[in-house]
Amino acid sequence: MSPIELLAVVSTVAALFAIAIGVMFPALAMGRAIAAALDALARQSEAEKSIMRTLFIGLAMIESLAIYVLVIALIVLFRNPLIEYLLK
Amino acid sequence: MEESKVLMVFGPLHITDTVVSTWGVMIVLMLLSIVFTRGLKTETPSRIQVILESTVSLIETLIADILPDQSRKLVPFIGTLWLFLVVANLMGLIPGLHSPTGNLSITAALAIVVFLSVHWYGIRYDGFKNYLRHYLSPTPLMLPFHLISEVTRTLALAIRLFGNIASLEMAALLVLLVAGFLVPIPLLLLHVVEALVQAYIFGMLALVYIAGGIQTQQQHKDKKEKSS
Repeated sequence: MSPIELLAVVSTVAALFAIAIGVMFPALAMGRAIAAALDALARQSEAEKSIMRTLFIGLAMIESLAIYVLVIALIVLFRNPLIEYLLK
Repeated sequence: MEESKVLMVFGPLHITDTVVSTWGVMIVLMLLSIVFTRGLKTETPSRIQVILESTVSLIETLIADILPDQSRKLVPFIGTLWLFLVVANLMGLIPGLHSPTGNLSITAALAIVVFLSVHWYGIRYDGFKNYLRHYLSPTPLMLPFHLISEVTRTLALAIRLFGNIASLEMAALLVLLVAGFLVPIPLLLLHVVEALVQAYIFGMLALVYIAGGIQTQQQHKDKKEKSS
């Protein structure tokens, strides 16, 4: 395999694994956060507003981790800076 | 990660479709608000006036929940962010148009505005020296962590909005390529929900950051009053 073919194969496989693993753990974290929020909501339903607000902000924080993985995977697939180095 | 199309060239300035759609959203919002706020009535409000009033009061109560005593000062800024982001995020659903927030430059610009306004409101509330002092609390050892968090949270704000909107559009496009006509409609429904949630979260995080800048001052003040 020429280096450029090897790079294509490796970067595709790496991007797939990155997305798979990078989505798995934020999903677990979000599940725990939502479970805790529902627990708190069942105990104290009068605090619904602040619980939901904090939950949304926390979910956004966790979700941004998965988004970082997506951005890195897209960079590896479409704008890999190493390609220029190989083509020189 | 598609390049945005260049529509016009003025010397070294390249006017892309993102810039045009951003200005389009701004002009449409401004014109609509000028037209609809003409001839407001207190006794027999028109249907549009009721909708506008409920929107504004919803924004006011959301802000007052977080910052009860400073909410009037923040309503213009956060309200504008919310309205702009809702319209800009939903714009991608119209065929032929792209969401300007699917471009990293636009979201980075918005995040920088939020970053600067945190300091602006913080300094305006309690003066320059007292504002800078909160970087040294509780101990001066925390200074590097405060500085790092300033940068990373701004970066995260920009990347989050860009990644969500860009990936939604890209996902719909990929499903269209793989499956065919009319199949991506469920994904577009998801786009509506996601666009609203992302606009809410962006404005809410901006609000929380600004509130953080102001409230650290308030605790400081409370402590001073107690000790004196």
